[in-house]
Amino acid sequence: MYPFGEDDPVKCLVYFAQIHETFRRAELDALGELYGINVEWEDYSDNSPFSIIKLASRREARKLVGRSILAKGIYELWGVAPDYNELHKFVRVNTAKMWPSCMGKSFKFYVEAFNGKRSQSEQHRIIEQFAYLGLDGSISMKNPEMTFNVMEEYKNKHVKAPTRVFLGRLLAVGSRHLVDTYDLKKRHYIGTTSMDAELGLITANFALTAPGKIAYDPFVGTGSFLVSCSQFGAYTLGSDIDGRQVRGKKGRSVLSNFKQYGLVSTYLDGFVSDLTNTPLRKTRFLDAIVCDPPYGVREGLRVLGSRDPEKAKEPVVRDGELRYLQDGYIPPKRPYSFLAMLDDILQFAADHLVSGGRLCFWMPTANEDFSQLDIPTHPELEIVSVCVQEFNKWSRRLLTYSRKKGDPIIEQAASRSAEIAEPEKKKVTADELNTFRKKYFEGFRPVS
Amino acid sequence: MKILTSNYITCAVKACKSSTLSFPLHFQDAELVQEEVDFNAEFIVGILPRIEWDALIVTAAELGFTNLPAQKPEPTEEAPLGEQVLKDLHKLLLETQVTEGKLVCGNCQHIYNIHQGIANFLLPNHLV
Repeated sequence: MYPFGEDDPVKCLVYFAQIHETFRRAELDALGELYGINVEWEDYSDNSPFSIIKLASRREARKLVGRSILAKGIYELWGVAPDYNELHKFVRVNTAKMWPSCMGKSFKFYVEAFNGKRSQSEQHRIIEQFAYLGLDGSISMKNPEMTFNVMEEYKNKHVKAPTRVFLGRLLAVGSRHLVDTYDLKKRHYIGTTSMDAELGLITANFALTAPGKIAYDPFVGTGSFLVSCSQFGAYTLGSDIDGRQVRGKKGRSVLSNFKQYGLVSTYLDGFVSDLTNTPLRKTRFLDAIVCDPPYGVREGLRVLGSRDPEKAKEPVVRDGELRYLQDGYIPPKRPYSFLAMLDDILQFAADHLVSGGRLCFWMPTANEDFSQLDIPTHPELEIVSVCVQEFNKWSRRLLTYSRKKGDPIIEQAASRSAEIAEPEKKKVTADELNTFRKKYFEGFRPVS
Repeated sequence: MKILTSNYITCAVKACKSSTLSFPLHFQDAELVQEEVDFNAEFIVGILPRIEWDALIVTAAELGFTNLPAQKPEPTEEAPLGEQVLKDLHKLLLETQVTEGKLVCGNCQHIYNIHQGIANFLLPNHLV
């Protein structure tokens, strides 16, 4: 057992939500990076909500988990064993030195079972077996000074006995309550492609957003990512090629979402623009870029320009006035390849992120297609994590990159862009440019 | 559009990117609004090194703010920026915004409209 002081190293039990499993470790690693905390993973499995990590102090444990969306809580690990006999034996021998410091403090004791259920009376019986701790403070359900959790893990819902039991003392709870606060059902302004609250908040954690930083979403839509980033204190900037999305209507807009959550002070601006013709100056001022690029199923992937490359390259004049200055003017747009867009995003990130700044974006794939090779790369961006959300026939991945230190080495990275650019000079349809869209509408039939 | 944002905006036309005339864009017929937002000293200190000061002076002057120092304040550990300097910058960068008006490129003279605080940088076909 470790020493027990606030600044002594500590072995912790992390109690995760059993959802978005491949994101869980990456989220805590991201928060570790943000706070300069070294997380040593001793025990982790996607199949279990319980994980054991080592940290340099209890102070760090509280900090690490405080804004986690996927960790429900972090506990000093008092013991873990395959059954109660072993657990009690361990706790009696190894934690006795802790007991005096627990005296006179109000407390509560919880029993939680994963894949199992315990009746009220069984829970009481389990708790009473810890009487040897000799806790003499009052029991307080509302505001205890200490919370002890007994956690049971069952292999499946049919077995009678748990396979692992834990005793832990609570250090900090995570921020899962935010999933409810930002629930799309309660949000004033949403669209068909708004990212759900939980994944939006997780993305903001992966992006290391924090007070004083600037985050940008080039496909801002209704602003889901930006409110998540601002929730963690970042100043946010968004743009979209579809001006109607940014402006909203009838008082519902990206700005009104910020008002709803009381985050207006950190919303810098929304503007209308196309990433392939960005007005943002080529300078490295962004700390994070977060986005879910349009991949063309619900919203066609389009960029500025005419579908017909032969179309006149002269300004259009109507009624003696430049057409583009008139009210209601909508510039022509052409279909664009999703892969070319990904390369554009990576190049944009390399050009605009500060050293160590993060790019987080979502990428859909048909399940049978995906291999590691499909992860787009850029010489100035280091891949930090790849997390997957599985659906029936397709999946989407959250790709996270870190901007390497130093100045740009290479002006144009992607050879793929050059390959893709060529056929685009001809007239093409959205399906020809976007295999994911094509497969989606074909129902992901296996390739014959 | 806030004054801070305008410090990162240049002409969207690719051919203009290499011209020094394309930055900053010039506000015209600007309607200004002052809106109070929470003061965050940490943010101002952090953003200052990422601001193009000469461009900020140009933009501010065009909007009628002529009291910026000619040189960017350079805080040091011994002499950090005073509260008043930070608050003045906060007011200019984050609380001052253009709600209606135009942004004009000094190189190609292209005009970008700002309506209800939202600027539109989409280009017509002949400029793409």
